[in-house]
Amino acid sequence: MSYDPIMLLDAYRRMRAIREFEERMRREVQAGTVPGFVHLYCGEEAIAVGACMHLLDTDYIGSTHRGHGHCIAKGCDLEGLLLEIYCKQGGLCNGKGGSMHMADLNKGMLGANAIVGGAPPIAIGAALSAQVLGNRGVALAFIGDGASNQGTVFESMNMASCHSLPMIFMYENNGYAEFSGAKWHMGKADITRRAAGFGMPAVKVDGTDFFAVYDAMGAAVERARNGEGPSSIEAVAMRWYGHFEGDMQLYRKAGEVDELRKNSDPLIKFEARVTADFDISAEELREIDEELTEIIDEAVDMAKAAPKPTNDALFTDVYASY
Amino acid sequence: MPNKNIRDAINETLKLEMRRDPRVVVFGEDVVGGLGGSSGIEEAAGGTFGITTGLAAEFGRRRVLDMPITESAIIGMAGGAALTGLRPVAELMFIDFIGVCFDQILNQIAKFRYMFGGKADVPLVIRTMIGAGMGTGPQHSQALYNVLAHVPGIKVVLPSNAYDAKGLLTTAIRDNDPVIFCEHKAIYTESCEVPDESYAIPFGQAAITRTGKDVTVVALSRMVLLANAVADRLAKEGISVEVLDPRTISPLDTASILASVAKTGRLVVVDECNPFCSVASEITSLVACEALSSLKSAPVKVTAPHTPVPATPHLEQLYVPSPAAIEKAIRATLAG
Repeated sequence: MSYDPIMLLDAYRRMRAIREFEERMRREVQAGTVPGFVHLYCGEEAIAVGACMHLLDTDYIGSTHRGHGHCIAKGCDLEGLLLEIYCKQGGLCNGKGGSMHMADLNKGMLGANAIVGGAPPIAIGAALSAQVLGNRGVALAFIGDGASNQGTVFESMNMASCHSLPMIFMYENNGYAEFSGAKWHMGKADITRRAAGFGMPAVKVDGTDFFAVYDAMGAAVERARNGEGPSSIEAVAMRWYGHFEGDMQLYRKAGEVDELRKNSDPLIKFEARVTADFDISAEELREIDEELTEIIDEAVDMAKAAPKPTNDALFTDVYASY
Repeated sequence: MPNKNIRDAINETLKLEMRRDPRVVVFGEDVVGGLGGSSGIEEAAGGTFGITTGLAAEFGRRRVLDMPITESAIIGMAGGAALTGLRPVAELMFIDFIGVCFDQILNQIAKFRYMFGGKADVPLVIRTMIGAGMGTGPQHSQALYNVLAHVPGIKVVLPSNAYDAKGLLTTAIRDNDPVIFCEHKAIYTESCEVPDESYAIPFGQAAITRTGKDVTVVALSRMVLLANAVADRLAKEGISVEVLDPRTISPLDTASILASVAKTGRLVVVDECNPFCSVASEITSLVACEALSSLKSAPVKVTAPHTPVPATPHLEQLYVPSPAAIEKAIRATLAG
């Protein structure tokens, strides 16, 4: 597969935006400024971005409770996202969804989902729309290793297979489902072998390697757009932080995350590859870093200062008409 | 005007709406049938009770889709399709199966519009069969519409005759909110005059099926038929019963119920659901809270008991509210 340097810079920008965004959110949660639960995506940036670089606004993704990275990778507005996380007026969902339910249908983002395994049935519905409308669209569901055990996920893979839907099941095996390890919670099974059992191509890739995810996704998207049916990709990338921010992570041995930061940082790996193999310099990347720090700083300040929804918002948007 | 039964009225409505709008798709378990079978017959089912007969022949399997027996995937798929440009009419064969797919109704479909800040239309219909009376036992005979009516974000429709079934299903398919359309399996062959052309009956507008002045009977779904028969019989005794069919329980036409009770001063509610936290409880509560002073006697609820539906035929008969129980309730309100 060939890689256009402009695409690579765009991919870096999205991955760095996720990292910067999530690190800032972590500090804000620790400072107590963010309402509700927040689940951070650091360490998994190459999965969302490697996948979404192949998608158009008219393609759809279903997300998870750990959805900030998916939103950024899919092109959702950073200010809209922050306003939503802070539950403020003008957020992507006018403040009524918050971190775990944010959606942006104009960007093909069908919603973060606070029900583990909730999104795949919805995503196959988007794939059905693309098939019936004949618009060559595709749909993708991000699915954690914990969700991979849910019946909804099996039902969705079976359905996609029966109807040859233009669908990609993107498993994010980040090592843990809440506070239990993937080595235990799926028995002696394996996500990829399970997916293959549903009669679709299923590959396992290093989820910290943008290029590995990008290549696998390229093949899956081409297959989907050509009407050849669903695919499964299992991308393995350990999460750096807890199930939610504030999780004590007693299930993890000391030093595990230090090791990940040192040897499995998707951004460091990406930078090493693109500065060696492509005409991209470290200075260009630092400029992007600085620009994003500034953008996110300003957006966080703006979101904190923004007005809350008015009390009447409690009662609106339940129905189109009633 | 031609006579049609409920089954044919629903079938005709699906066809009319699919002709009118190419975004309307129909899917569910064996809505066509026969895929992967050995006979090669094109339409081996057409729905469990033949409701979707002929749809695939006219509209093709691209818009009329059989689904494997996976209710979460079916209902979730309807939600996702509704968010992305289709107007799905999904079939949940029996309402009892909401146990399998309730997350997709409760936490996903019902909440899309609200949790997305009003930025999503969710134009989908879930057609489902309800009710006892056919010996189908504990897992295929429940009514359960009260459970759905409790949930904000969805609408719940209970047609009791073929005319209403057509007009209400038309509205449901054209509506931009999720609608659960509850078809009582024991009344599919009930017929009445139904125009051939399309028409829509608005939600939240009750029908007065018998006009009276002594007592208001609010009845739901198949119970409307029973209440009408009791009203006709009591009319011969000079007891004037008004029967009100809400037709939709979410939204509920509270104004018509209150207006009728204001006129009669007496209330009986007939509801095939279990009594606890039922629509019968809701309606009696409505009248107690809003119109206590117009009541001449205590309201009476006629419901199923707080038990599962037995398969045993004579016990099932005891389970379902009977004409005798309705008559007794009416007489009780008149005595009080």
